[in-house]
Amino acid sequence: MNEMLEGFLRALQLIFSLNPEILNISALSLRVSGLAVILGSLVGIPTGTALGLMQFIGKRSLIRISNVLMRTTVNAFMGLPPVFVGLVIYLLLSTSGPFGPLHLLYTPTAMLIVQLILTIPVVTGITISAVDGVGEEVRDRALSLGATSWQLASTIVREARGGILTAIVASFGAAISEVGGIMIVGGNIRWFTRALTTAIMYETALGEFEMALALGIILLMLAFIVNLSLAFLQLRGVRR
Amino acid sequence: MTPLLEVRNLYKTYDGVEVLRGLGFTVDKEEFFVIIGPNGAGKTTILRILDLLDYPDRGEVFFNGISSTQYARVKYVLRRMMAVVFQRTRLFDMSVFDNIAYGLRIRGVREADVHRMVERTLSLVKLRGFEKRNALTLSGGEAQRVALAQALAIETELLLLDEPTANLDPASASLIEKVVASINREKGVTVILTTHNLFQARRLANRVAFLLNGEIVEVGATKDFFAKPQDARTKAFLEGKMVF
Amino acid sequence: MVLRMRYGKLIFVILLTAMVAVTAIPWFSGSHSERLILATTTSTYDSGLLDYLIPFFEQKYRVRVDVLPKGTGEAIEITKRGDADLVLVHSRTLEEQFVNSEYGIHRVGVMYNDFIIVGPSNDPAGIRGTNATSAFIRIAEAGGKGNVKFISRADKSGTNILELKMWDSIGIEPSHTKYSWYWEAQTGMGFTLRMCNENNAYTLTDRATWLTFKNQLTNLDSLVEKDEILLNPYALILLNPDKYPQRNYKMALAFVKFCISSEGQNLISSFKKEDTTLFMPMARDFEKATRLGFPNQAQEVSWYDSQQ
Repeated sequence: MNEMLEGFLRALQLIFSLNPEILNISALSLRVSGLAVILGSLVGIPTGTALGLMQFIGKRSLIRISNVLMRTTVNAFMGLPPVFVGLVIYLLLSTSGPFGPLHLLYTPTAMLIVQLILTIPVVTGITISAVDGVGEEVRDRALSLGATSWQLASTIVREARGGILTAIVASFGAAISEVGGIMIVGGNIRWFTRALTTAIMYETALGEFEMALALGIILLMLAFIVNLSLAFLQLRGVRR
Repeated sequence: MTPLLEVRNLYKTYDGVEVLRGLGFTVDKEEFFVIIGPNGAGKTTILRILDLLDYPDRGEVFFNGISSTQYARVKYVLRRMMAVVFQRTRLFDMSVFDNIAYGLRIRGVREADVHRMVERTLSLVKLRGFEKRNALTLSGGEAQRVALAQALAIETELLLLDEPTANLDPASASLIEKVVASINREKGVTVILTTHNLFQARRLANRVAFLLNGEIVEVGATKDFFAKPQDARTKAFLEGKMVF
Repeated sequence: MVLRMRYGKLIFVILLTAMVAVTAIPWFSGSHSERLILATTTSTYDSGLLDYLIPFFEQKYRVRVDVLPKGTGEAIEITKRGDADLVLVHSRTLEEQFVNSEYGIHRVGVMYNDFIIVGPSNDPAGIRGTNATSAFIRIAEAGGKGNVKFISRADKSGTNILELKMWDSIGIEPSHTKYSWYWEAQTGMGFTLRMCNENNAYTLTDRATWLTFKNQLTNLDSLVEKDEILLNPYALILLNPDKYPQRNYKMALAFVKFCISSEGQNLISSFKKEDTTLFMPMARDFEKATRLGFPNQAQEVSWYDSQQ
């Protein structure tokens, strides 16, 4: 018990001394997952809004069918295990794979690709739900006040902003704690592709518990901030 | 003179039920036209079709002589000529000010003018001071007044109201009636209002139509309509008997 | 359409984006210098030797060497798939398989470190100072009597494979179900050592990891060492360029040449941990190399010397 406390204190020391390796690892996690969320939102929010609004546009069966198809695809991708995605991307980027010549394997870019495949479906899917939840009456109101299609779309996005924010925050949580996929395509190379989660795995396997703890504390803090924001956002919605 | 609104031969079926059957009427400028009828007669459907939120299976609607089916592609242009208040309005998840300003902003009105017009409308519906409150926190009466304010702020030629005071407290209901009546009288805004409240119809309308089972059974100037109804069904309805 | 956000929220979003943007700068400013990918084992990497040795090479050749720390099997597999340029491992059987598959060429011995048998300081099995084979026999006997425990890494690492070879040489096929004194940790060396410390057990470990953790392992002592059986030779194997012409064969070749050059070999022997040399150079000691499992060492070295 004493040893654990000592180890914990030493871990804190590592963090506060601004250990350069810990900074490098944290920065890498932040920028890979951060970019994945930002790009994922840039793609996911418009896509999710479009799919959510589609149900209002066509009573024609062709539009309805393609809407259902696309939503099913999004849901399927949302349920993909990240480590499986990592495996597939690895095979694609491998030297013997179709995209080998791009030399993307074992780079942060490959890690970003895996995480994008994670964040885009999540943001899209939750945005679709949020837009669905906005309801026909809001649409009718906006239209009756004279909104054009674009104005209608942005009004609905505004109404759904709570849900959309949840989508973004949730996707960050998923990305920052992902470990299998980025391990496979990143290679966990020191100073280059070592992220918080993969570093923790590595240090733990070698028995370097202070380092692992220090990294774990940082990961916990990041995840905590994310969850706090989520709870905060949800409460604001309830207070109405 | 072209009537402001002309409805010809409207047919509409919902879920196998024929809601509108060969419906037709005209409304001239500056009229206060009230459609009365029992619930389920199709009043809401008519207004939705007029506002181009719904489409008739057959028939046409003309605004100032312009056919709505012909201009289906730019519906919003036609919609901007009129304003609607429904029985239960869902306001936007923003402040009262932003809700009322909505119609003005999407038309690109300058912020200074927006401010002036919103304040003016707020006074009209007696909601001065409510600017910053979130619209979803309002009571039924307050929300309906905001909805009316939204419609008035954009100063359209035509105002459509679907049972606007049906679920309201007497104070809000009477305020709304007063405001609408004065808008019609002083600004010359054409009003089409639906209700099942005969007293309200009598108070406000200059012409009344009776809608039953998707058809206009009878139409006429208010005084004559109530004093000497022509159709037996109209008479029965006015006397409070259930009509099918 | 006017998007009305309260300023506080807007500032927050801008700050957040700025933060991420700043950390993303390394991405774009990354100098696209040449890259060499070396696959190796986690314990090799964790010894710290490569972090010591590689910068010399990187400076000389203006290249960035990325090290992939994996299990022995995975390191070879990755190289075989062409995702690494060369491999540094210490497991003769797997190395030979790799060469036989024709994906690996010019296997050459670079250095060796040694394993030691550690156990409880009071040494109930009485192995202190004996040779390795006798030690294993005595541990098995004591275990059978219920006096001692042995903890194996059981993770197919180089250490594990050597340990299994030792058991095999005395006719034992160890598993926990057959021998209750034999524990299978299935984890890395550091953790295994800590487990031994907690449970007063014996194990086979590499010297580097032992030195790293020695101070924390208060119940354990190094009991058997310096037996030639316990020597652990490391091999560098190039990826066959005929199989993957798009890989960086030239730089991989330069790296191996560097490691077996006198400069490289000196650097290796100068690497110390806790004042002890961890790795002994052996590239040019052909007799020793042959004994340690590199019968073609002389030919390979002269081949490397002849390459530009």
